[in-house]
Amino acid sequence: MQPTNRSSRILLPVKMWFVYLTLFIALFLNYIPTGHLPAVPDFVALVLAFWCVREPLKIGIGAGFAFGLLTDIGVGAALGQHAFAYVLLAYAANELSRRVLWFTPVEQALHVLPLLFMSQVVMVLVRLMAGAEFPGWWMFFGAFVAALLWIPLHYVLLLPQYQPVSRDENRPI
Amino acid sequence: MVGHSPPPFFKRGPAPLAKLVFFGLVSLALLVSDLNLRYLEAFRQGLSVLAYPMQMAAATPADFVRNASNYFSSLVRLQIENKELKSRQLQGAERMLRLEQLELENRHLRSLLEARERQPVKSVVAEIMYTAKDPFSRKVILDKGDQAGIAAGQAVVDESGVIGQITRVFPMQSELTLLTDKDQAIPVMIVRSGLRAVLFGSGNGLMELRYLAANADVQPGDKVVTSGLDGVFLAGLPVATVAKVERDQAQTFARIPCLPAAGVEQFSHVLVLGHRESLPPRPPEAEVINKGKGAKARKAKAAKE
Repeated sequence: MQPTNRSSRILLPVKMWFVYLTLFIALFLNYIPTGHLPAVPDFVALVLAFWCVREPLKIGIGAGFAFGLLTDIGVGAALGQHAFAYVLLAYAANELSRRVLWFTPVEQALHVLPLLFMSQVVMVLVRLMAGAEFPGWWMFFGAFVAALLWIPLHYVLLLPQYQPVSRDENRPI
Repeated sequence: MVGHSPPPFFKRGPAPLAKLVFFGLVSLALLVSDLNLRYLEAFRQGLSVLAYPMQMAAATPADFVRNASNYFSSLVRLQIENKELKSRQLQGAERMLRLEQLELENRHLRSLLEARERQPVKSVVAEIMYTAKDPFSRKVILDKGDQAGIAAGQAVVDESGVIGQITRVFPMQSELTLLTDKDQAIPVMIVRSGLRAVLFGSGNGLMELRYLAANADVQPGDKVVTSGLDGVFLAGLPVATVAKVERDQAQTFARIPCLPAAGVEQFSHVLVLGHRESLPPRPPEAEVINKGKGAKARKAKAAKE
């Protein structure tokens, strides 16, 4: 697989343990008690969307559900709130992957932003229907910050798949 | 696609849409049963064992930030604080002495009246570790849990009044729902008029006295204390002060926002009060002799209340 479908560089295949490791690191970042700080991105949603776009055959809705439940427990949210949002996010990201991979990282971030935003909106709607207080508009800034983080993430998470370019003097191509 | 294993063309499992519908429905079912029916506490406790070590590790940076300010606070400030605390303790000591004497007197009087004695409650000092991350509610995490004898439903106070109630208990920590949370309610009494009411969190850091008639005897500045009718909170703990009273003739009830008495949204040490003695059982309903009389009696009872 290439970094983007237009690139001519071939990447090593992804290792599934690395995918799950990054998801758990994201979960750890979500667990950091930032309280009600504005614009803290949802790291699990971001990393999940990334792998769902990159590897739609290997990771998807099931992983979204599992990590959603773990997030719910850790942050003290209603059980199933993040799970529902991540299930929708994983499905949409899987479906979008064929299109998104043709674009540069910046354009990819623009494609993913609506998905991340949607997952926030779903969570707000679910909780408002259950009678919770509206947390304020700052909550939605997290999605924009997460979309910005997509650009560095595109390099960081693919790093293990880059193999060193070995030039052969005898075969210049 | 270059891979060591061929891409799973043929064993892709159920169609994505089927998976979406299945997991979507499961999570919606979880949501409903957690929010409305509260069936899933055992499930949550089980899963939280998995999440707990990670949570603890993730809380370390917050701990560090919290302690850093203490670490860098200067000697002078500590000395000033020490002096302040000492003088406050002296002031308190005088009242404590009087309180002890009053309590003794009270006990005598109560035994004279053959009233039930108020049991002293066992309480635990705990520290607020951090605010829970869920932006839809107002909850904080305390550093003591099941192992320190804390149980769900206990009242939590600080030095100037009630701040909330324990809603979930984990082995080493517990979750405290603040009074300003939208789902939190507490039965109260207005000190000046003796009026009983229920105080609800209104979500924006304030609380609200609901279901009081538009002409009820409430004034701005009135002190609101717990009435103890719920059997959870001790009677007479300060809760809030009435901020203003909006009476609208078009509406049946007055709108009465209140300011919390305690530092509800501040970080400090708190006291988790033990369970108080249970209230005596509700007396059996009086036998209704005939319908008309019963209705009249009920009306009279309602008027008395």
